[in-house]
Amino acid sequence: MIVAFVLNGEPTTARVMAPTSLLEVLRDDLGMGGSKNACEQGECGSCSIVLDGGLVCSCLVMAVDAEGSDVRTVEGVSSGDFLHPIQEAMHRAGAVQCGFCTPGFVMAAVDLFEHNPHPTKDEIKEALAGNICRCTGYGAIIRAFEDLARDTR
Amino acid sequence: MTTRTVRPVTDIEGVVGDSPLRPDGVPKLKGEFDFAQDLSSDQMLWGATVRSPHPHARIRSIDVAPALAIGGVHAVLTTDDVPGRARFGLEHPDQPVLASGSVNYWGEPVVVVAADDQRTARAAARAVVVDYEVLEPLVDMEEADRRDEVFRRMRIRRGDQGVTGDVVIEGYYEVGMQDQAPLGTEAGLAVPDGSGGVDLYATSQFVHVDQEQVVASLGLRPDQVRSHPTGIGGAFGAREDVNLHIHLCLLALYTDRPVKMVYHRSESFTGHVHRHPARLWYRHHADREGRLLRVEARVVIDGGAYASTTAAVLANASYFAVGPYRCDSVAVDGVGTRTNNPPCGAMRGFGAVQVCFGYEAQMDRIADELGMDPLELRRRNVLSTGDPMPTTGQIIETPLPTMEVIDSLEAMPLMGNGRSDDPIHLPGGTGLTTDAAHVVSGVGYALGIKNLGFSEGFDDYAQARVLLNDEGAVVETAAIEVGQGLVSVLAQIARTELGISRATVRHVDTSKIDSAGSTSASRQTQISGGATLEAAETLRKRILDAFGGDRLDDDGVWKGNVLVAGMDTVLERHWEETVTFRHPPTVGSDPDGQGAVHADFAVAGHRAVVDVDAELGLVKVHRVDTTQDVGRALNPQSVRGQIEGGIMQGVGLAIMEELVVADGVIQNPNFTDYLLPTILDSPEVEALLIEEEGSWGPYGAKGVGEAPTISSTAAVAAAIRVATGKAITRVPVRPQDIALGDD
Repeated sequence: MIVAFVLNGEPTTARVMAPTSLLEVLRDDLGMGGSKNACEQGECGSCSIVLDGGLVCSCLVMAVDAEGSDVRTVEGVSSGDFLHPIQEAMHRAGAVQCGFCTPGFVMAAVDLFEHNPHPTKDEIKEALAGNICRCTGYGAIIRAFEDLARDTR
Repeated sequence: MTTRTVRPVTDIEGVVGDSPLRPDGVPKLKGEFDFAQDLSSDQMLWGATVRSPHPHARIRSIDVAPALAIGGVHAVLTTDDVPGRARFGLEHPDQPVLASGSVNYWGEPVVVVAADDQRTARAAARAVVVDYEVLEPLVDMEEADRRDEVFRRMRIRRGDQGVTGDVVIEGYYEVGMQDQAPLGTEAGLAVPDGSGGVDLYATSQFVHVDQEQVVASLGLRPDQVRSHPTGIGGAFGAREDVNLHIHLCLLALYTDRPVKMVYHRSESFTGHVHRHPARLWYRHHADREGRLLRVEARVVIDGGAYASTTAAVLANASYFAVGPYRCDSVAVDGVGTRTNNPPCGAMRGFGAVQVCFGYEAQMDRIADELGMDPLELRRRNVLSTGDPMPTTGQIIETPLPTMEVIDSLEAMPLMGNGRSDDPIHLPGGTGLTTDAAHVVSGVGYALGIKNLGFSEGFDDYAQARVLLNDEGAVVETAAIEVGQGLVSVLAQIARTELGISRATVRHVDTSKIDSAGSTSASRQTQISGGATLEAAETLRKRILDAFGGDRLDDDGVWKGNVLVAGMDTVLERHWEETVTFRHPPTVGSDPDGQGAVHADFAVAGHRAVVDVDAELGLVKVHRVDTTQDVGRALNPQSVRGQIEGGIMQGVGLAIMEELVVADGVIQNPNFTDYLLPTILDSPEVEALLIEEEGSWGPYGAKGVGEAPTISSTAAVAAAIRVATGKAITRVPVRPQDIALGDD
């Protein structure tokens, strides 16, 4: 069936088979490879996107359920050569190593800061608890967003 | 928040000692970085793998017809279709490319297929009919030892074997099977070149050894296979061995089409090797002053079904079985067994992790027996530069600041445990399972030591090429960036040596440069960094000589204050320099395990602060402070990244990460049941870097990737012992080991 939704501000359609996840459609059919497939169980957050204003694991969303939705992926976060402040903060703090978890953390943090521009350290941790990073031990990620929470005060 | 945007800093500066922004940071943050999972090609097929559902079975027959009957299936290949060497292996080619006659572990590849898309390929894999005669698996490492099913035995005897001590402490310890669990699963793309050869782009830590193994199994000439460094989502040892590489090339050449394969998560857990589970027996002898008089150890690690790097891991576990301590009477017997369990091989720490848990538990028990402070006991036995290694007798010639590690760790302020009434800080977390009144606290210490680079006479080298052209300074290498920041540090070295602000690292395939060796053993900064330093230094001298100058920078060649050749003039010639760097040679050990088997060493210490819900057996690790011997920190931010990431994996092994294997079958091959630390599990980390000149690495740098993982596990276990009074003889520590375990 044809599913129509808004992807990063652009009206988009995709022809999908019923048992397909939104992640598969984004990656394989729409060429949006920024959302990563790491566990397909909703455990690691590497495929995190913002769907109708809420943070979800796109591997757990059936593509057909995106009909009529507003979908934001990591590709829609920065504009051109400019990084979003979330990305800039991570870049400066050394929060990127292998980078596979990075798009998911970007989306989770975008969602956090839009709802809570000045999160405390504990609020940062709780908001990012659904994202697994295997490289950094999370220290640089926490510092990135503590810095950002402070800078935007 | 506002939606302001800021211009990324693209003018990346930074010499050695700086922490410039990562050159791959922007594409990774924007989701534009190409990982192996993201590659595609015109006319591309998808591959899938048929895996054994049994840990041990004889293959009676394989019927590929039902798979071939599915529309869109282009190839269904078995061992009979492997044109060259039917087996592969990092150290010994003992593992079948596709199972031949029998299967020896759960998940072993039996058949590979290629089809129009991934869904069809996986359907075809399910349709293959393999008739198995199920056999009894050998799964117990002690039984394997009795049956002499072993990959290697180690025997180390040093000093007077008749020594006994006033204090004799005997202990038995176990370490579970940890998984590297890199976020990116195994993935790759093989593209036929139209004239019988193939280009491979796959997850790897060591493209040259992949290329050699593809060449051997496909029966091709070396120049027909090119392995390309490719973006990978973490490694930690899991990508040193071949897994899908030969399969991809086999399918691509058979179908004459590009073939891509991506393992799903549960497949990844069978598709790469794991950290060896270990059983350790120790008997330590000390005098009343706490000096170690004799250490006896038996180290058993299970290699599983195939060799991988078990022989080298066992060697490491045996050579480092005493830890960073002086002792002149040592006996170590090690064995790496062959069973029908999942194959084990490289993981960060490579044998040094398992024994550290054992010897540090023993050191704490000796201190306890003597009523001595645990760090004081360690001070009295400290192993330093100029001392003989307790196991091999090798005199340590590079700096080994063990005493500074201990002293500075003790001097670091002991911050509070951070506990508050908020359940987020309690062992049970936000599930509100922990009653704060039942929480007990503990502080534990541990030290660890490991070799840097390859040992035992291995010809360990890396080649790097430095060019100066209109792109600036360019470093060409086949050394794999796994996330650690090699792309920054090699450019920093080139900038430092050439004085050119624009420097980039360009990864090139196996046909364009000689091997950089594996990104493992904490070795690339030292060895590829060493090659880059020598190449850049030589190139600078050649350029200066050519123009009679004494200084090079972005403007060109200067003599004093006079620009004797502008950069345009300099670049009229072609400038490149290729260097192969080797670390000081090592030798294999003699029959008593003696000899100068290692090229360099690093030590680190960890101090863990934990809260424990003793009734429910739950642990919250609040802090892990560390001091680490780094030689010289070429990129302090990256060093800190390695330290924090390594500690997190050490904490994972201490309290949560274990592949549970029952009768040869992995019970938890997914992220729901194999527990990985989340941001809520991450401890506060205060890290102090100990810099000391004298290592042979560039500018005195030592490798830093593994030391954080070695003693952090042992420090957490020690802290749990202090908190609970329980013996804690096994990691990961399970709730029942605390709630119901022996004192």
